[in-house]
Amino acid sequence: MDQIYKDTKHRKFLAQVKHGAVVAALPQSSSQRDCRWYSVSNLSVKERIEKKRKAALLGGGQKRIDAQHKKGKLTARERVELLLDPESFVESDMFLEHRCSDFGMEQDKNKFPGDSVVTGRGRINGRLVYVFSQDFTVFGGSLSGAHAQKICKIMDQAMTVGAPVIGLNDSGGARIQEGVESLAGYADIFLRNVLASGVVPQISLIMGPCAGGAVYSPALTDFTFMVKDTSYLFITGPDVVKSVTNEDVTQEELGGAKTHTTVSGVAHRAFENDVEALLNLREFFNFLPLSNQDPAPIRECHDPNDRLVPALDTIVPFESTKAYDMLDIVHAIVDERDFFEIMPNYAKNIVVGFARMNGRTVGIVGNQPKVASGCLDINSSVKGARFVRFCDAFNIPIITFVDVPGFLPGTAQEYGGIIRHGAKLLYAFAEATVPKITVITRKAYGGAYDVMSSKHLRGDVNYAWPTAEVAVMGAKGAVQIIFRGKENQAEAEAEYVDKFANPFPAAVRGFVDDIIEPSTTRKKICRDLEVLASKKQVNPWKKHANIPL
Amino acid sequence: MASHGLSPSLNRLLLALKYATFQPRCCAVHKAHYSTVYNGNEKTFDKILIANRGEIACRVIKTCKKMGIQTVAVHSDVDSSAVHVKMADEAVCVGPAPTSKSYLNMDAIMDAIRSTGAQAVHPGYGFLSENKEFAKRLAAEGVTFIGPDTHAIQAMGDKIESKLIAKAAKVNTIPGFDGVVKTAEEAVKIAQDIGYPVMIKASAGGGGKGMRIAWNNEETREGFRFSSQEAASSFGDDRLLIEKYIDNPRHIEIQVLADKHGNALWLNERECSIQRRNQKVVEEAPSTFLDPSTRRAMGEQAVQLAKAVQYSSAGTVEFLVDSKKNFYFLEMNTRLQVEHPITECITGLDLVEQMIRVAKGYKLHHKQEDIPINGWAIESRVYAEDPYKSFGLPSIGRLSQYQEPVNLCNVRVDSGIQEGSDISIYYDPMISKLVTYGATRAEALSKMEDALDNYVIRGVTHNIPLLREIITHPRFISGDISTNFLPEVYPDGFKGHQLEASTRRELLASAAALHVASQLRSQRILGNQRVSNSPVECSCWELVVKLGKEAHPVTVTRSGNTYTVEVDGERVEVCGQWSLASPLLPLTINNTHRMLQSLSRDASGEIVLQYLGTSFKVRVLSKLAAELNSYMPEKVPEDTTSILRSPMPGTVVAVSVKAGDTVAEGQEICVIEAMKMQNSLTAVRQAKVKSVHCKAGETVGEGDLLVELE
Repeated sequence: MDQIYKDTKHRKFLAQVKHGAVVAALPQSSSQRDCRWYSVSNLSVKERIEKKRKAALLGGGQKRIDAQHKKGKLTARERVELLLDPESFVESDMFLEHRCSDFGMEQDKNKFPGDSVVTGRGRINGRLVYVFSQDFTVFGGSLSGAHAQKICKIMDQAMTVGAPVIGLNDSGGARIQEGVESLAGYADIFLRNVLASGVVPQISLIMGPCAGGAVYSPALTDFTFMVKDTSYLFITGPDVVKSVTNEDVTQEELGGAKTHTTVSGVAHRAFENDVEALLNLREFFNFLPLSNQDPAPIRECHDPNDRLVPALDTIVPFESTKAYDMLDIVHAIVDERDFFEIMPNYAKNIVVGFARMNGRTVGIVGNQPKVASGCLDINSSVKGARFVRFCDAFNIPIITFVDVPGFLPGTAQEYGGIIRHGAKLLYAFAEATVPKITVITRKAYGGAYDVMSSKHLRGDVNYAWPTAEVAVMGAKGAVQIIFRGKENQAEAEAEYVDKFANPFPAAVRGFVDDIIEPSTTRKKICRDLEVLASKKQVNPWKKHANIPL
Repeated sequence: MASHGLSPSLNRLLLALKYATFQPRCCAVHKAHYSTVYNGNEKTFDKILIANRGEIACRVIKTCKKMGIQTVAVHSDVDSSAVHVKMADEAVCVGPAPTSKSYLNMDAIMDAIRSTGAQAVHPGYGFLSENKEFAKRLAAEGVTFIGPDTHAIQAMGDKIESKLIAKAAKVNTIPGFDGVVKTAEEAVKIAQDIGYPVMIKASAGGGGKGMRIAWNNEETREGFRFSSQEAASSFGDDRLLIEKYIDNPRHIEIQVLADKHGNALWLNERECSIQRRNQKVVEEAPSTFLDPSTRRAMGEQAVQLAKAVQYSSAGTVEFLVDSKKNFYFLEMNTRLQVEHPITECITGLDLVEQMIRVAKGYKLHHKQEDIPINGWAIESRVYAEDPYKSFGLPSIGRLSQYQEPVNLCNVRVDSGIQEGSDISIYYDPMISKLVTYGATRAEALSKMEDALDNYVIRGVTHNIPLLREIITHPRFISGDISTNFLPEVYPDGFKGHQLEASTRRELLASAAALHVASQLRSQRILGNQRVSNSPVECSCWELVVKLGKEAHPVTVTRSGNTYTVEVDGERVEVCGQWSLASPLLPLTINNTHRMLQSLSRDASGEIVLQYLGTSFKVRVLSKLAAELNSYMPEKVPEDTTSILRSPMPGTVVAVSVKAGDTVAEGQEICVIEAMKMQNSLTAVRQAKVKSVHCKAGETVGEGDLLVELE
């Protein structure tokens, strides 16, 4: 071997190599440190490599790292390390630097190897994932052309191999010194977000500021999570808001985790701190398939698939006006009571989230009778629709629990466009070709009955519990219309209840496949999912569909 | 599906009938306890209505089924799918949830009797069981009351009268004032005459309700006020009486059984000294304290009293026993007691069966010498309550998971709930009576330990931590107990099981092993070709387990199902099946079998385990995560001295302050009534009231903000 390296031609080649190109050769050569064939320039390249590498690992330097820690935040690298399996991270573009030469940016002290983002791939519980983590310690994590280039590179790779992309956002915004180059960078990322949408799952975890144009990357991804107290998402900050609209608002109120998880619906969940957020992200990742070409993952399951759930037989109250908690049903049915709820504090009249049935990931959608009687309104329709479309895009079967009295009436809803927003949920369910199992637990009234993954929208298996009532509306309203002016309203109501307030009208028409005992629901769904695993259904060819946005 | 093709209206009915089928496991378990064989030729009643709910209604129905008697359950609207309703052959709704409108609603119950044609009524305990009016109304309609005659109920139901009768029957009684106390000032005067401490209690009372102990004039006034309010709300009778309070006594009671032919037996004693707020928690039969001669003396006095009031049916004569084995008559309960199962266990009698026989007019089969003490029985009352607050404040909720330890032998569980049942604010928060027995007390106790460890209750806070601590406490094991046991043993309140170094290691090791098992399982994705081939399991897991404020570094290595955990410098071997779905977590820790329970596990490493009865919250993090976690800011907890939150769900009875008032430390702020107990909430410091967030009559949930102080 040594002979080869003693070859002068080769030595010349090595001498010409710029730093960064011989990374792969480094580990082997370190054992040969004392070999006489090292040239002076060769030594200096190696030193430079190590120096750069060391600098890259330190990001913006110890002082800024300490400041980051003081804010209760981890550094970009610490985050990546915690998110991924130990020693699984393979970094790319550690030596990439920004190319800006204005405003003194060309000076060495303003160059940081790797610039303000850490990118690469790794594994979460053995499964491949691409990740970028913005480094707030370097120019406040601001986005340069180089920064964007790094992100685009891993996104492109993720698309080619079919693996999810996780973005850990902690960035002050555009690199102003770079001007339009920075804006171009954003657009490059946006484009990739859009192209990757529905191809590989994309997840954003906001762990610091994310303002201005930057917010649109998380907004384009499938899920946006936030860290409480340390993360913000807004188009314009409080100062601009004050000068334009004269509103006084704090960062937290304007774009904090609470705002976005309860009011705006921009974020899907918030976690206490960086460590909790990253550990939860690992847990969340386990539910997801790697790409749209992969099936929903099946994890080893210890919960018997034929487990009966006697508690469900009494869960629906006798009075049809009395509320109960749909989450009780969900927890009781899914594996190990393990339910990863999406948007738990927003539009609480619908419950959506991931769970497993006999180990297989499923998406759960359920009306929540505990909140606003479980009615469908603008927010709950949009929340449900987006979730259903994610599941459909990534081969995740959808299980729908229905107890819906209808759409919420009122001017607020009509003026807000409940018609087009409600249509989204209808559209999403109708369009979905993944296995769809529906359980009507109680009310399925009016148009909302149609919307909630009904047989008519190609539901594969539609069950009704004995407490189910499938009808155009509740007894009181119906009687007032059918028997207008009739003396004995109570008697008419009783007749209506007898005819319609039960699962039979739907069952005799085949709109529900079976009336099942609630306690057997888990067993039946597990069995159905096994059969439906090979479901094949294709929608007519189209360039893309036109969901009523 | 049974309801296929049936008319719609039949559907619900059919379902209801389906549920009504008797669960055989209850029967099988029960049978083992009775040595006397039921005589099928003795005709009693065709149909009995049980004017009660919950476990006691179920208990009575079980015996009725054994005797071939049809049963009728009554229920409030919220109880319409309760276990007792499903078990009974027929069920009648007698009103809305509040007891005064349903289970105490005599008119509705009388209607139910008429409409179903029930020939007799078993009242259970509580509710109408000692209501002479009810017994009278039944008699007037020719319906048999399964209990003593009206005369005996009346005589014994009134504490003042019962004391006089007891005195006349030569039963030892406590010095006290034989009359009704009218005002607080009169109460103070009488209390001073008798000498402190004194006990103020409702004349019509029982079960610890309307009962207060006073050590000085101030407490007497306060006690008078509370007792009369509670007495009024619980019994509709606010008469009070005062007597000498015997400090540090034992509470031992004699079960009696009498027929209508002048025969009466004593069925030995039950020791019920372990109490909190005068309500029993753990009972046992026999008592460790009684010698045969004291037992006989007490038994004979109890029988004298029963005979003096021509008692028939089962009844209980309660005594206070002081340290010198002097015993004093306390009261006689003219009903089936909650804790009757332990007497059944040691005597082999089915008390409900005997009550039904006696009510029909049959003579007792047994003679006094036929009554044995076979072995030892212990009963733990499992309550939906938080034992960390005054040894038990009621909690409510839905039993999301529920498994009784009935698979263990020599365990009897009397309950009236099942998985999915609601524990509501309307009724007693008792979940079940857990009874174990054995040839010896030690055997019964060790079985109780197992049974408590195997009892799965999720969805409500329960008192199993306290029960397990009591039955394993050296003082309890040695039999050194009194009614002051709890306050003496836990002067600063109950704090759960206190870990020692070795048990702490076991807990930490179990949590660490469970964490690793769960992490490993996360990597097992079935049939996936895209998971890395190279093994990701490290040979040694370096973790940090945090318990309370202490962080313990541990290392875990695995070999099959055995995890070797190095913790605090010691090696602990933990072996188990590691089912991550089961609520029970049977482990072998250093060759000792332990039943742990896995209460919750979340992504951020938090694991809650029930270990030795108490639930412990630990957080397991990888070494790296633990290091990084040190940068995470501590979130400041709420300042609890400035806000008053409701410690339990209930109704606000009174709000004693308004915004702007200045309150002194200990001053009453408001009164919450829950499960018929009035609880006075006081200021923890002197302060000005900032705002009041509740008003009288309002229903509040646990943790609801009531009042803010400045």
